[in-house]
Amino acid sequence: MKVTMDRIVSVRNVNKIYASGHQALKSVNLDIQRGEIFGLLGPNGAGKTTLISIICGIVNATSGHVSVNGHDTRNAFRAARSIIGLVPQELTADAFETVWDTVTFSRGLFGKKPNPALIEEILKDLSLWDKKNDQLMTLSGGMKRRVLIAKALSHEPKVLFLDEPTAGVDVELRKAMWDTVRGLQKSGVTIILTTHYIDEAEEMADRIGVIRAGEIILVEEKNALMHKLGRKELRLDLRAPLTTLPDNLAEFELTLNDDGSALCYNYDRAKEHTGINALLTALSNEGIAFRDIETSQSSLEDIFVDLVNDQS
Amino acid sequence: MNWPAVKAIYGFEMARAWRTVMQSIFSPVMSTSLYFIVFGAAIGSRIQEIDGVSYGAFIVPGLIMLSLLTQSISNAAFGIYFPRFSGTIFELLSAPVSFVEVLLGYVGAAASKSIILGLIILATAALFVDLQIAHPFWMLTFLVLTAVTFSLFGFIIGIWADGFEKLQLVPLLIITPLTFLGGTFYSISMLPEFWQKVTLFNPVVYLVSGFRWSFYEISDVSVTLSLTMTIAFMLVCLAIIWWIFKTGYRIRN
Repeated sequence: MKVTMDRIVSVRNVNKIYASGHQALKSVNLDIQRGEIFGLLGPNGAGKTTLISIICGIVNATSGHVSVNGHDTRNAFRAARSIIGLVPQELTADAFETVWDTVTFSRGLFGKKPNPALIEEILKDLSLWDKKNDQLMTLSGGMKRRVLIAKALSHEPKVLFLDEPTAGVDVELRKAMWDTVRGLQKSGVTIILTTHYIDEAEEMADRIGVIRAGEIILVEEKNALMHKLGRKELRLDLRAPLTTLPDNLAEFELTLNDDGSALCYNYDRAKEHTGINALLTALSNEGIAFRDIETSQSSLEDIFVDLVNDQS
Repeated sequence: MNWPAVKAIYGFEMARAWRTVMQSIFSPVMSTSLYFIVFGAAIGSRIQEIDGVSYGAFIVPGLIMLSLLTQSISNAAFGIYFPRFSGTIFELLSAPVSFVEVLLGYVGAAASKSIILGLIILATAALFVDLQIAHPFWMLTFLVLTAVTFSLFGFIIGIWADGFEKLQLVPLLIITPLTFLGGTFYSISMLPEFWQKVTLFNPVVYLVSGFRWSFYEISDVSVTLSLTMTIAFMLVCLAIIWWIFKTGYRIRN
């Protein structure tokens, strides 16, 4: 997906200290580009939801500024908020309301004139049309989640925040939601996604931001991130198991796995000299034969775990 | 001004009243009718007239005020407290609405409900006692002003409360005693002189007195003073709510 390089959300030096004294955000700076899907990753309690809540106007920042489409979220809150849609993490819904009423309510709340045709289209897209007259308390968790998405889409937002959108959603529905999100991106909506499922970010996001203990520790294009931080592993299945590594191989960072029947070599793909040639030559010199060879690449999840652990 | 939002909130709150019509309309009408039967018909027939008005008729304005105050407060308090409790308030806070739209929606709906209720009770009272309304315009003015003012007050309680207990605390422990001691069932002039002075610190006295004047042209304090006190209390509530929204007290922190 091609992303034009102008900012739609700009977060500047935002701090949040709760009344309890807990500092949830520390001088956070972040730019979201128009039209992208931005994946915000971080462990529990890292500040993801606080950051989203500040951008959306639900929580006041202790200091700093946020602007959305050039509008300051405090001084020009109407202009800023009217283009934001938010799907919260918690499944909060008015138990006694019907699907149709609650989605229609959201559209009105955001200052938009009634548009039953649009609401119908949204409900159909999210497979909620046959539930339109049902009370929310009668719906399953996955359906409630979709109702929250429908509410957020009802006022045609330009920026959509999805806070853990697929938590507790089955695999099939997750895939369907991913398609919905891609469709929204195609229609020009900028999407900010927080998720615990790293594979979701890997699948969906154009760029990734990692937040840890209230600080943004990294923002990078996903592909560049995978390329830069992703390590590759070369695995050699040996013909005869080794008990120890020969001294001549000490210069390589090798590990013996599977009771000595496999040699694993980690290398950095980004480097000009990966050391593979030298390793294979050295193995040949030592007379170590192998019957299979495979390489694998670390997933975003591995990168994420490394990142979060490295800095803690 | 975001009028669709006002309409959405107002409509939502009114729909909630219809869903709970037993609780919002029938139960206050029922309890007020009991007052009429007990105080108006049974005991009232043995009490002498007050300022030329039969006792049953005398208590009507006070009883309407009693319902108006408690219902305005609980309607508005519950209306804003419940979204806070259930978490659905996130949507209100993230919406392009200022405190003006929120107030028009929530307080407007709460006040509308209590005004409708007040009129129903008035109609019910007419079944039991001989009513006369000397100044219908002022009667409605006091009705609306009181409903709006105490809905504002209820809204503040709904923001302040951090549990269902606190939500009930103010109406039960403060408003009900103030209303009973505010001249609902008697004229202040019937009290010993010292207690007459103390009673003047009770804001409900001014509401009941002004409202009763609009019916029978009898009052404990001057009508102008009644009106001034009601408007003053309304302005204080408005100022507090403005501050709540400006600072985000209990909602954006």
